[in-house]
Formats: sequence, C-alpha cells, structure tokens
Amino acid sequence: VYRLHGRYYEMAPNVVPMDYTKDPDVKLPMQLIINMPELKENPFKERIVSSFSEDGEGSLSFNDFVDMFSVLSEMAPRELKAIYAFKIYDFNTDNFICKADLEKTLNKLTREELTAEEITLVCEKVIEEADMDGDGKLGFADFENMISKAPDFLRYYFKKN
Amino acid sequence: DGSDDIEGGSAVENEENTKETDKGKKQATPRTRRGHARGRDRHGDEDDEDDEGGMRRAGPRRHRSRRRGRAAGNEASDSDMEPVKARKNQANQKSKEDDEEDEDEKGGKSGKGKNEKKGDKKSDKKGKKEKANKKKKDKKKSGSGSDSESEEEPITEEELAKLKEEVEEKKKLIATLRNKPWKMKKKLSVLKEAQLFVEKFEGALGKGKGKKFYAYKVMMTKKWMKFQRDFENFKTACIPWEMKIKEIESHFGSSVASYFIFLRWMYGINMILFGLTFGLVMVPEALMGKPYGSLPRKTVPRAEEATAMNFATLWDFSGFAQYSVLFYGYYNNQRTIGWLKFRMPLSYFLVGVGSIGYSFMIVTRTMAKNANDDGGGDDTSFNFSWKMFTSWDYLIGNPETADNKFASITTSFKEAIVEEQESRKEENIHLTRFLRVLANFLALCTLAGSGYLIFFVVRRSQQFALEGLENYGWWERNEVNTVMSLLGMFCPTLFDVISSLENYHPRIALRWQLGRIFALFLGNLYTFIIALMDEINLKARYFLPFTLEEEKIVKYNMTIWEASLYNGTIPENSTAPPIQVDPADVPRGPCWETMVGQEFVRLTVSDMMTTYITILIGDFLRAVFVRFFNYCWCWDLEYGFPSYSEFDISGNVLGLIFNQGMIWMGSFYAPCLPAINVFRLHTSMYLQCWAVMCCNVPQERVFKASRSNNFYMAMLLFILFLSTLPAVYTIVSIPPSFDCGPFSGKTRMFEVISETLEHDFPSWFGKVFGYASNPGLILPFILLMVLSIYYLNATSKSYKEANLELKKKLQSVRIEN
Repeated sequence: VYRLHGRYYEMAPNVVPMDYTKDPDVKLPMQLIINMPELKENPFKERIVSSFSEDGEGSLSFNDFVDMFSVLSEMAPRELKAIYAFKIYDFNTDNFICKADLEKTLNKLTREELTAEEITLVCEKVIEEADMDGDGKLGFADFENMISKAPDFLRYYFKKN
Repeated sequence: DGSDDIEGGSAVENEENTKETDKGKKQATPRTRRGHARGRDRHGDEDDEDDEGGMRRAGPRRHRSRRRGRAAGNEASDSDMEPVKARKNQANQKSKEDDEEDEDEKGGKSGKGKNEKKGDKKSDKKGKKEKANKKKKDKKKSGSGSDSESEEEPITEEELAKLKEEVEEKKKLIATLRNKPWKMKKKLSVLKEAQLFVEKFEGALGKGKGKKFYAYKVMMTKKWMKFQRDFENFKTACIPWEMKIKEIESHFGSSVASYFIFLRWMYGINMILFGLTFGLVMVPEALMGKPYGSLPRKTVPRAEEATAMNFATLWDFSGFAQYSVLFYGYYNNQRTIGWLKFRMPLSYFLVGVGSIGYSFMIVTRTMAKNANDDGGGDDTSFNFSWKMFTSWDYLIGNPETADNKFASITTSFKEAIVEEQESRKEENIHLTRFLRVLANFLALCTLAGSGYLIFFVVRRSQQFALEGLENYGWWERNEVNTVMSLLGMFCPTLFDVISSLENYHPRIALRWQLGRIFALFLGNLYTFIIALMDEINLKARYFLPFTLEEEKIVKYNMTIWEASLYNGTIPENSTAPPIQVDPADVPRGPCWETMVGQEFVRLTVSDMMTTYITILIGDFLRAVFVRFFNYCWCWDLEYGFPSYSEFDISGNVLGLIFNQGMIWMGSFYAPCLPAINVFRLHTSMYLQCWAVMCCNVPQERVFKASRSNNFYMAMLLFILFLSTLPAVYTIVSIPPSFDCGPFSGKTRMFEVISETLEHDFPSWFGKVFGYASNPGLILPFILLMVLSIYYLNATSKSYKEANLELKKKLQSVRIEN
C-alpha cells in the first residue's frame, strides 16, 4: 500500500495529502489515472477506471485506487475478477453486455481494423456461444459461466505491483 | 437500551469522544446487548449485503449501541481501530500489539500510517487465509478480554445456540469478504463489525479459560505468521532472474517469457546434475586420488607432451585437458581411494545412473503438474467469446508491444472468422491432398539428405583421424561439428518454405514444423552416434577377438621395454623388480570412452559458439544495419526486408532440448559436461535476455504459451529416453578399455555393483539380490507393471469420455434454452 500511495501521490502531489488521519476527501480525475504507465496501453482504461469510481464519473479516491489495484493483483480470487471484468465490458452500465457493448469492445480491441460485416459476425458468434438464457445479450451468469472455463483469463488479468 | 442507543448514535460522529464514554459502557448488561445482537445482527447482515451506503451507518450504529465506538460510517475509521481494540483488551499488553497487527491486516484504506499501509499491502497480497487466522486469534484473545462480561450473567441454552449461529454467520462473512465486489470502505466497515461481534460473543461462549495460555498461543501464532510472510517474501526475491523475465514478459508477451522460464528450469536441473558429478566424482578424485603424473593413465604421453599446453590443443580438449578429472580416462580403477576409503568406481557408476534417473523423475513430475494445470481448458465451445474477453494481455506496458498485441488480436479474429467461413464452404480436397503429400515427400528428402551428409562427413573425419590430424587444416578437423550446426541453421527455413505448400491452419503448420525440425535434429544426432559407434567398432573389431592376446602382447611389450633398460636378457616370466620409469614413457592402450567424451564436449562447445555467433550476427548486426543504414537506403529497411528479427521461440526451445539431450548422453563419459553446460546456460541467459531486449521486435503472431508447454516437456522426455539408450547399451554390452577409467579390468561396467555387493555388504544381502535378479521374479514384475499401466490408461480414458458426455449434455441443455 505504501507503494500505491506513493504512486497516487506522484500523480498529483499538490492535491494528495501524505497524511490520511483527517481522512480528506480527495479524488483524482480520470485523466491523470489513465496516464499511469500500467494503464496507458490498455484499451479499456477508461472503463476500468469508471467501474471502480464511486461517483461513476471516473474520479478515484485513494480507496477506489487501492480497490482497483487489489482486484487486478495476483491475489484476488477469480470470482471477484470476473465481477469486475463484467463491469468493465459493460459500456452502457445496464448490467447486461448487449450487442452494442460487444461491438465497442471489439473495436477497442482491434483498433477498428475489422470490417463491419466481420464485426457483426464476431458479435453474433459471441452471443451464440455464451448466451445461455436466450435473451440476446449476456447477463452476468452467462459471462461468469463462460469466463470460468477460460484457461487464460486469470493469467491476463494479473498485475504486477 | 434506549440510553445505549442514543449514546451509540452520537458516537457515530466523533470517535475520539467515544473512547472515554465507551470505556464506561463496557460494563453494561451483556444480556440486553446480546438480545439486540441476535435480532439485529441477522438483519444487519442481510442489509449490509444489499445496500451499500445507507445501511452502513444504520448497521454499525446498532452494533455500536452494544459495543465500542467504531465509526464505520466514517472514512477514516482506521484511526479508531487501534484505540477500539486497546479498549477491548485493556488488561492484555500483548493483545494490544495484536490490535496493531489486526489493523495492519485488515488494511488501512487510506493509509493512516506506515503500519496500516504495510498491512493493506499484506492483506491485499496475502489473502483471506491470514484474515481467517486473525479472526481465530481474535476469538482467542477475546476469550480473555470479555471474561469480565460473561461472568456477570448466566446464559441459557437457547440463547447460546442462537448466539453460536450468529457467530458462525459472522465468521463466514469475514472469510468470504474478499470475494464481495463492494467498495473498500464498505468492506472494511463490515469486517470490523463482524470481527468485533465475533470477538465479543465468542468470548462469552468460551468462558475464556486459561487467559495466559491463550495470550501466549496468540503471540506465537502471530510470530509464526510473520515469519512465514517474511520467508515467502524472501523466497520470491530469491528466484533468480525474476525481474529480467518479468521485464521481457511485459515487452514481448508471455510466450517469449515462457522460453526464458524454460531456460531457467533447465538451468536448475543442470545445476543439480553438476552438483552430483562435481561433488561425488570430480572432487574426490582430485582430492584423494593419485595425483597427476603418478600413473601412466594420468599422464600426458611423451609423444604429445610438446603440444600439451598449447591453446589449440586445450580448446580441442586434448593435451592436459584430456588427462585430467574432466574425462573418463583419468580415473583409476582402485576400489577405494584415500583415507576415507571412498569407493570411486562405484560412485562413478551410481552418479551416472542416478543423474539419468533424477532427470526422468523431474521431467515426468513437471509434465504431470502441467497436465493438471492444463486440465479442463480443452473445449473450443467459447472460441469467439474468449477471444473477445480474454485476449488482451493486461501485463503489457509498452506501446510497441501494445501495437503488436492489437495487430495479433486482429489477426486472430480474422483467422477465426476465416475458419468459420471456411468450415461452411468446401474446398478442392484433391489438390490440397496432393500438395500435402508432395510437401511431406520433399521434407523426407531433406531429412534423408541431411542424414546422409552427416554420415559421409563423419566417415571422412575418421579417415582424417587415421591419417593423422596434423596434416589437415581447421576445416577438416572441425568438419563434423560445423556441418551439423549449419544443417541445424538452414534446414528449418527450408521446412518453413515447404510448409507453405501445405496450406494448413497455422497452429497445425507449426506442429508439423516443430515435428520436422525435431526429426531433423534427431536424425542428425543419431547418425552422429552411429558413425561414432562405427568408429569404435572398427577399433574394437581389431581388439575384441584379440583382447586377451592383445593385452598379453602389450604387457609383454612393456616388460620387454622395461627389461631393455637393464640392458640384460629378456626374461620369459618377468619378475624383475619394478623400475622407476617415468609414466609418460609407458606405452598406452586405447581409450574409447575418453574419445567419446571428447567428441561430445567438442560438439557442445561448438554448438554454444554457433548459437552465440548466430545471435550476434543474425540479430545484433542485422539490427545495427537496419537502424543505421535506413537513412541511406532505397527502400524502408525497417518494414520491408530485412527488418528487425523476431525472437524465434520454437527454434530456441528445440535447440535447448537437443543440447540437453547431448549432455545426458555424454555425461557418463565426460563428467565435466554438466559443468560446461551450466556455464553455457548461465551466459546464454544473459546474452539472450540482452539480445531480445535490444535487437528483437515483438512477434506479429503472438504465440499462445499455455498449451504448448507440455509439448516441449514431452519432447524433452522423449529425448531423455533416447539419449540414455546409448549409454545403457555401452554399460551393458561393451567391455571397458583395459587401460583407462574406473572400470578397467572388468569385463562389464556394471560388475562394479556385484563386486560391491560381494565385498561390502553382509552375505545375506548378496543372496537376496541374487534371488531378486532372478528372471523368474523380474518377468512377473514387468507383467504387473504393464497391467497397471493398462488399467490406469483405461480409467483415464473412461474419465475423459464421461467428461465429454457431460459437456455434450451441457450443450444440449444450452441449445434447448
């Protein structure tokens, strides 16, 4: 946590206090956070930050900051990571991953290199594969079911501290 | 109760104040509190889980009415954790320390002080085990703390049972807190509540016997856990090259890093082999055996003495290097050496056999471990979903790598799309089949060609050897090694070109490629061995039928020569007193084991040199060329040809595996091989790490590391098996040279075992062994093993089938929905 606090502090030394005894209400705006080297290259950085942010706009207090890194760390259990992964991919935050969310995810992943019909094809396939209850979008249960079988999920969600 | 509530309510706002007031409240009636606890706790539990913000305040307030001030609703609730705990256990000094640790463990969200920060990190890193442990300690501690309270009122059975239930619930909540996707604040507050509750009422149930004992136990557990934590940290820091590998991983992805992890693992194995050979074979001989120059076999013959110290000779591992502990021929066949009565021949034999056995064991164990990890990830039913959600490697922090990752993801999607489309369309089967057959034919031709080339070259080198190596230049002397290395460099590219004919899915094409390269190397190695064996047999053909005669002749010659020093007549039955003759002048018998050992060592060294030079030229110079000549060149060097090189994972891994195979084959004849290999791997690690970071670019098609690991292990196992065959063959059927090595004078090398059994073990041991090695006993044993293998195979097959059935059921259920 020491190191985390150091990093947090580095980002905005004039705002972040060293001493949290008085519990100041300090939040760092999203712009600063997504410029952190660990997150910079991540296509989902805005989503990650917003899903941990309390006010939904992407500002992180130190609590949220620690929260975020603890979930992304190696020690967090799989279920917890799955929950947060779902939040990250749910762009319109309606607790379902619908086709539009999938399309946005795909575009972010491939930096819009795929043609429109390829995108549609992929999204259709995903829904076909993972949708268990047949509502045309992925609920959390579907997501969890699909992720729990994936061999690479845990590995790629690790974070070095 | 009312007063309690009110006071509790006010305590929400200001923690500091509650310190004093709460102390007073501590002696309040437990029963009423308990009554509240029962009712509201259950309520509070559920509420807490559903609602984030609101209940947080209500819940703790309710609790606080019974307990100490805990500003759960506040953000800086940490600040009062310490005093809270301290208040609870006033009497106990040790528990105060416990409190601080408690705090540490639960983790300061907003790091109040260094303690808390450390604690949070620990709690994040160490997991719920510690928390659960902490809870247990708390309970014990609270046992002593709440003594005063429980003694005040008798507890009824019913209340006790209900209380227990609640405590259990709380404990479960604490244990699963990690998994809940709540905000940190909420988690901490709920945790604190639950902990305090458990503490308080656990104590009431337990009646807190043996206060001092609990305190002591608690302290010991705490110390033990701290020690464990420190040890874990230390262990992680001790893993060699960990930072380097992590750096590579972040730049190049996990697949390239897996090569280096494999390299590191090999290094570990070689270290152990080195330890065995060095400690048990080379060192005893160096320390306790007869020194250099005392025996004929330990001295450089007079004829070679002139060139013995030349660098060229040493590099070739003849001269002084040959007549040293590094090679088989130096060892004397005395049964025991030195004042420790160290049994040299036995040790040599056992170390040889033991290193092979150890290698088998560890490779199989790693394979089994990998198989367990790989276990259930075999089905492709979620292909696209996984691609979408799990293909981004969150470890990447470098823009270049990120770019390549994007490209590779795009490619992988396109690939999958193409596959999907292809599976819906038909193709010209006949043409593809014809092309594939053609490609295989070409590959076979290449393999046969390379095999023949090696054979031819080895034959030629034998001729050179017969005619004396001094007549020929560097090329002829090193022909075999250079040819083998060159073949290893160019044939894989040839295979690559051939495989473009086949039009396979890239993963399958890669497997074919690996398989072909594997066959190539294997073929080369075995041709090499066979040629060597031929050479040995050539000499042996002269010797074997005449061995005894030969020995007699040589010995006769030796006595004649000795007698000639007397200038006297030649005695028939020579019993002349031994004359002090310089061992360098004594005529020597042939020593094929040392020769074989030398060949292996030379091969390893030349392989090492080739690899390094390839890296330097192929990667480094190329990178320099591309970087600096780009300015004055007609076309863009960086994007077109030749561009920067990628890291060839499969080639390097295969090279590593084959190198290891050579080591296993040769270490029986040249105990120095593991040492050379350790040195080689060590430098290779540094050199390759540097080269990768400096001259390579991340691959375009990022190789999936997870599934192929077992593939490499399987190849390693196969190679191990193959490389032990020659050594075993020579141990069992070829008689050792009579003039050199620890087994000279015996008809077979393994006789050293029977000799040991006769002399060193009590007689009944020998009898038991005699019975055990009876074929009548061994055959049934082999039969039993075969049967058990068959049985295990059958059960594993049936499990797999059951697995498939279940998956099919799942799919059908899904389709129904």
